[in-house]
Amino acid sequence: MTAVYEVFRRERAGSAMQHAGSIVAPDERFAEIYAREQYGRRGESDALWLVPRDAVSEIDEFVDEFDLKYRRVDGYSIKERLKEARAAAENATRSADASPAGGRRP
Amino acid sequence: MSDRVDLLLSLADDELLLGWRNSEWTGIAPFLEEDVAFSSIAQNEIGHARALYELAARELGTDADALAFDRTLDEYRSAPLVELRRLEWARTIARHWLYETADAIRLEALKGSDDVELAGIAAKIDREEVYHRIHAEMWIDRLLATDEGRGRLDEALEELWPYALGVLDDELRPELVRRAEERLGRSLPAVEPVPRGRHEAELAELHDEMTMVRRSAPAGARW
Repeated sequence: MTAVYEVFRRERAGSAMQHAGSIVAPDERFAEIYAREQYGRRGESDALWLVPRDAVSEIDEFVDEFDLKYRRVDGYSIKERLKEARAAAENATRSADASPAGGRRP
Repeated sequence: MSDRVDLLLSLADDELLLGWRNSEWTGIAPFLEEDVAFSSIAQNEIGHARALYELAARELGTDADALAFDRTLDEYRSAPLVELRRLEWARTIARHWLYETADAIRLEALKGSDDVELAGIAAKIDREEVYHRIHAEMWIDRLLATDEGRGRLDEALEELWPYALGVLDDELRPELVRRAEERLGRSLPAVEPVPRGRHEAELAELHDEMTMVRRSAPAGARW
């Protein structure tokens, strides 16, 4: 008897549509009125899209068995490597200080 | 009181009281989305009432709040249709649709008025009423779609039709009959209208509730 409609709203012309929420309505006519009242009555939207939830295709599985980090948008994580590099540099300085030859000091 | 003020007050009182009555569904409407929509429509009606009271107030040298809340019961010019308390959904929808249909006829006439200010405010109100009418019409379609719905609507009409006729004056009334019969696909009884000027018993209770804050803080409530 009723269907769920996903509502997208646009704040102003030129902006992207963003998901606003969903409403339950007996049919599309009711859905339009309800969406107008729930997401438009305060002047917060300049356009609304209504999409029956049944019409939405969902993808919710993202396989990454081989951990291909370099394909990710955040790139390599350098935090760990930076830590290792700093530790290595520190060790190198210490061993130079301890050497009898004195090393290159000003 | 001039005819103009009298007209403004009839319109404003209708909108205020119907807005109040419709808002009685807030929190208990059949489902959440309808609750929000119907409450929003109720707020719109009260907004229209304010604009109309302001016009009348200017002529009377008072303000909108005083007209809405400081008058005695006898001074209200509302049609008895909007005074009825009917917390039954089919009756509420029937009243909503009858009122919107009558109001549309009244606003069309006012939009053609020589009084520029009156024509202007009628046009402004009508632009919002469009959505109230869409809402009322889709509910009527829904009621007409099943035997049960039609039965409930007919039951409600039997009670409310004489009240609906009372919203309009003699001149505009035939148009309401024509539109209602055409839309509902049935004839409606030629009954005596329940006229403006007399009041339903439940208006006293509503008036009491509506003016409570005003009476407790006559100088104006601070929120």
